[in-house]
Amino acid sequence: MLERIEEIRVEAAAAIEAAAGTAELEELRVRYLGRKAELTTILRGIAELPTEERGKVGGGANKARKALEEMLESRAQTLDAGELESRLASDRVDVTLPGAPPRPLGHTHLITRTTRQIEDVMVGLGYRVMEGPEVEHDYYNFTALNHPPGHPARMLQDTFYVQSDPEVLLRTHTSPVQTRSMEAQPPPIFMIAPGKVYRRDSDATHSPMFHQVEGLAIGEGVTLADLQGTLDEMLRAIFGGARKARMRPHFFPFTEPSVEFDVSCFQCEGSGALADGERCNLCKGIGWIEVGGAGMVDPNVLGFVESNGYDPERVQGFAFGMGVERIAMLRHGVPDLRRFFDNDVRVLEQFS
Amino acid sequence: MRVPYSWLREYCDPGIGSGELAERLAMTGTEVERVGTIGPPSAEGFVVGKVLSAEPHPNADRLRVCTVDTGDGQRTIVCGAPNVAAGQTVPVALPGATLPGGHKIGMAKLRGVESAGMICAASELGLGEGPEGILVLDDDRSGAPYPPYEGTKRTGSLVPGTPLAEVLPIAEPVLELEVTPNRVDCFGVYGVAREVHAISAAPLAPEPWAEDAPAEGGGEVGDYASVAVEVPDLCPRFTARVFTDVAIAASPAWLQARLTAAGQRPINNVVDITNYVMLLTAQPLHAFDLDKVPGGALTVRAASEGEKMKTLDDVERTFDAETVLVCDSNGPSGIAGIMGGQVSEVSEQTTSVLLEVATWNGTNILRTSRMLSLRSEASSRFEKQLHPELCMRAQRIASKLIVELCGARLVPGTIDVAAEIPEPRQLTLRGERVEGLLGMVIEQADQVAYLERLGFAAKPSGNDLEVTVPADRHYDVTREVDLIEEVGRVHGLDQHLPSTLPAVAGRVGGLTREQRLRRRAEDTMRDLGFDEVVGWSFTDPGEPGRLRIPADDPRANGVVLSNPLSEDQSVMRTTLLGSLLDIAQRNLARGADRISIFESGRVYLPSGPTGLKTEDMSVLSPVGPLFGGFAGDREAPEFEPHRIGSLAVGPLVAKSWRGGGEPADFFALKGGLEGLAGQLGVELSADSIEEPFLHPGRSAQVNVAGQPAGWIGELHPLVCRAWDLEAAVAFEIDLAVLLAASQAGEETFEDVTTFPAVYQDLAVVVPTEVAAARLRETVLAAGGDLLYAAEVFDLYEGEQLGEGKKSLALRLEFRAADRTLTDEEVVAQRAAIEAELTKIGGSLRG
Repeated sequence: MLERIEEIRVEAAAAIEAAAGTAELEELRVRYLGRKAELTTILRGIAELPTEERGKVGGGANKARKALEEMLESRAQTLDAGELESRLASDRVDVTLPGAPPRPLGHTHLITRTTRQIEDVMVGLGYRVMEGPEVEHDYYNFTALNHPPGHPARMLQDTFYVQSDPEVLLRTHTSPVQTRSMEAQPPPIFMIAPGKVYRRDSDATHSPMFHQVEGLAIGEGVTLADLQGTLDEMLRAIFGGARKARMRPHFFPFTEPSVEFDVSCFQCEGSGALADGERCNLCKGIGWIEVGGAGMVDPNVLGFVESNGYDPERVQGFAFGMGVERIAMLRHGVPDLRRFFDNDVRVLEQFS
Repeated sequence: MRVPYSWLREYCDPGIGSGELAERLAMTGTEVERVGTIGPPSAEGFVVGKVLSAEPHPNADRLRVCTVDTGDGQRTIVCGAPNVAAGQTVPVALPGATLPGGHKIGMAKLRGVESAGMICAASELGLGEGPEGILVLDDDRSGAPYPPYEGTKRTGSLVPGTPLAEVLPIAEPVLELEVTPNRVDCFGVYGVAREVHAISAAPLAPEPWAEDAPAEGGGEVGDYASVAVEVPDLCPRFTARVFTDVAIAASPAWLQARLTAAGQRPINNVVDITNYVMLLTAQPLHAFDLDKVPGGALTVRAASEGEKMKTLDDVERTFDAETVLVCDSNGPSGIAGIMGGQVSEVSEQTTSVLLEVATWNGTNILRTSRMLSLRSEASSRFEKQLHPELCMRAQRIASKLIVELCGARLVPGTIDVAAEIPEPRQLTLRGERVEGLLGMVIEQADQVAYLERLGFAAKPSGNDLEVTVPADRHYDVTREVDLIEEVGRVHGLDQHLPSTLPAVAGRVGGLTREQRLRRRAEDTMRDLGFDEVVGWSFTDPGEPGRLRIPADDPRANGVVLSNPLSEDQSVMRTTLLGSLLDIAQRNLARGADRISIFESGRVYLPSGPTGLKTEDMSVLSPVGPLFGGFAGDREAPEFEPHRIGSLAVGPLVAKSWRGGGEPADFFALKGGLEGLAGQLGVELSADSIEEPFLHPGRSAQVNVAGQPAGWIGELHPLVCRAWDLEAAVAFEIDLAVLLAASQAGEETFEDVTTFPAVYQDLAVVVPTEVAAARLRETVLAAGGDLLYAAEVFDLYEGEQLGEGKKSLALRLEFRAADRTLTDEEVVAQRAAIEAELTKIGGSLRG
């Protein structure tokens, strides 16, 4: 019996050694070690052997089985590695072919992006975002903003009117949302209002349609110094950490005092001169760049909404407004306002 | 407003350079657009010269060859002026000097004679027309044609070689001010001087109108002229003086130079004086040739509708009934406050002058000036409302100058037709309000100083000030807050204002849910591969026609502008589709090979009983700003729903060596729309519709929760043709309708992990006309609670099925939240589904 076991082992070992592939090896495993294999049968029949032979035969058979298992395992590893190698070799591709085009990603328009940036800064400062109509009543666009009929300031912004109603126009600024918001919400109110506005003007720096963001902050004891601080924070967030806001007294009918506000030039760091000594082309050597208009809300404007709690002797505050395109032009070097509405995809895709 | 610095310094010299002054002015409320120069850009190369000899040119009759001492020696200069003569002291531009307009003087050969410079005329130095020929300077400065001014040598004879800038106002700075409309006082040089005084504390010269001219004419003004004002509310004051023995001539050089520097063309002495006084005081004046005013009688009245007159600029103007005219007995002789007429224009023959200085109603002047499209230096001042007090200031200065410069005699008396002249305004400035509004402390003594320098009277009363407003500022400073602005800006915001944040409690910033979801919608479209565009809100009246929208459709009846910039931008858009198509067309023309774009923006629809507003808004809630429901007591005049529109031309993904590149069709874009809806937590359904601009068989109405929300479809070939496109597919959705149904953020947990689902595929043969959506609905309804989902995943049409049949394959997902389903349960549901399918003509495919 032991001889037979040795014969099987030798025969199997030779076959394993000669096996050419993992599939053949699997066949050998079944033939020599499977359920119906001779060695398995021998091991199964050990109990029927005489007691004195059981130890020898069992030991021999188990030893042969273990040896074959090890051989199979080792041979399998060798063959497996080889097969993988050749499979990988045949899987080779021309890596210089171009990749499959991804589904293209779209791009957010620079105006939307800039508007959202301003919204996010102001939301962080505790403001809500309000919206108003673009086709607007004269009342909100002018009268309630302290531009009485015949006031010269009405003529500052050349206005589009609607044919069907001489009292209806395309809003010339986002400021009408001030009064609308105050009618809807008693003080305190802290809101911004982004949106489209329209003026009868068209050249490289004027577009008949453009975007503004309005800001309004009314409460008890809100001061011009608070406007300075708010503009400082806002412009820092938009133009970078080291920026400052500067207010220059100006005139608007709906604010008093009124100011225009500038940001310190982010190209020349406010010095007016570039590193090579040349005059800064962005701020034209001034060190400051005009951004928008602002001021303390005129008591007359509050007077229009006094019944909703806006008593000018009790509450006060500031408003500001600025052009979105202007900020985007400054931040990204866009030379012409009209480019924003040209929507050339080669331009759109520069801004992600 | 152009302010020559030398003129300004005559009244207030801040002792700083023009650039520094410009900055101080800008920081206190007077924008300086630029600081230019009078005449040549630089005084370099301009010197005083003495003509030693002037001989005829050997080769040219009109030229002289002059020897000129220019201090550095003698030089030869060829001169074409007939008045050049030996012994004259003249202005010389040496080689290297730059003339006004940029011409640079060099060595030049003129008809064979080398010329080393140029003897200049007044006009060549930017000093006005001046006398004919070259400008001859007096040796003795005391008799100089130009009055001495700050910074120049006042005495002594003119030595050759003296820099010309010490003698003439050349290359002097001119401040170009952008005066805000409230500061009409700064439309006069003296007003600007007062402002400079206020911000610099440098001394201010006495008011130039302090002194009047001696009235040495014969008789009394009433003997010569009379004035009747029929419209006192539109003409609060009309003053007139009469001058006899007027000698019309060119103005003296200094006056010409000053007007030229201020941007006015010199005409003759009387007209120049009226302009000069206006530039000095901001009060316009008008001179009549009294002999051309019959009987010297003037009437101020409203025009009759259609009345005509020829103005000084030689244009015939037609008036309406609100225009105010100054008339003589023959008819109109001037448009009040805007422009005079030709009939009584001052000319070289004029010997007696009636000088009108009046106050007009600013609103009326502005209205008329806009109606006539006629603006003048005068109207731009009157329209801002001048105070009646200013009239006599101007009369006094002008009288002195007319007497001095025109040899005239002032007739005693002034015609003065005045309605009530307003009393000076009295205001109280509370000390605590100054700090309370500005957020910075300004000492009371400083407040007083600032106000007094600005011309106000300020008397302390405890912490407060009792303030009297000067006439120049009467209509500008009317309230306490206006005074606070004055003291604040003079104190200096840039130097003193702290930077603080509002200390108001209880405010919470944030975006509304609608606003957040709009951002999500826009971001989803972007992530789906669409570029965001911002189209024009305006379109042309032909757009609905190109979109095949019939004339009675509300979308063909957009909001029309009464004063568009052009026909192309004369109507507000009623759909996003037009601007999307315009943008696609433009990009394709520029070589783009595919377009996938979207816009998030408004359309504008007329409201009213026939508009969409009432009908559409009533069925929706909530109604936020995205659906035209804006804050405020008054509803928006028009309906402005916010929409998402998208357009694709060509493949959504570019073709490559692996294939692809199929042009986007209905289903390609519908996939995008479904992706958008999915991100917003909205389920869409689509029903076939006919839209005039869509392919009739490949278009759908998009519904959300039973509400129509928009459309999707391939564009009608005729629409494509109108925009030069092969084919295109688009959608447009009302965002508010989408968001009203949105479950985003409101989702609840469903247990899909504890127990396994059973998946089964179902192939159903149905008549071709049965819509996939209907089949799916039938299956879902029949499947009961256990059928969790059913999705169409395959479509087959072929001969095997026979005519009029199609096969749709659905994948069914059965599950229960509380147990693993048994085969029996699933079989039972499947049988129920089969039974229902037969009712719509369906059968399982064997």
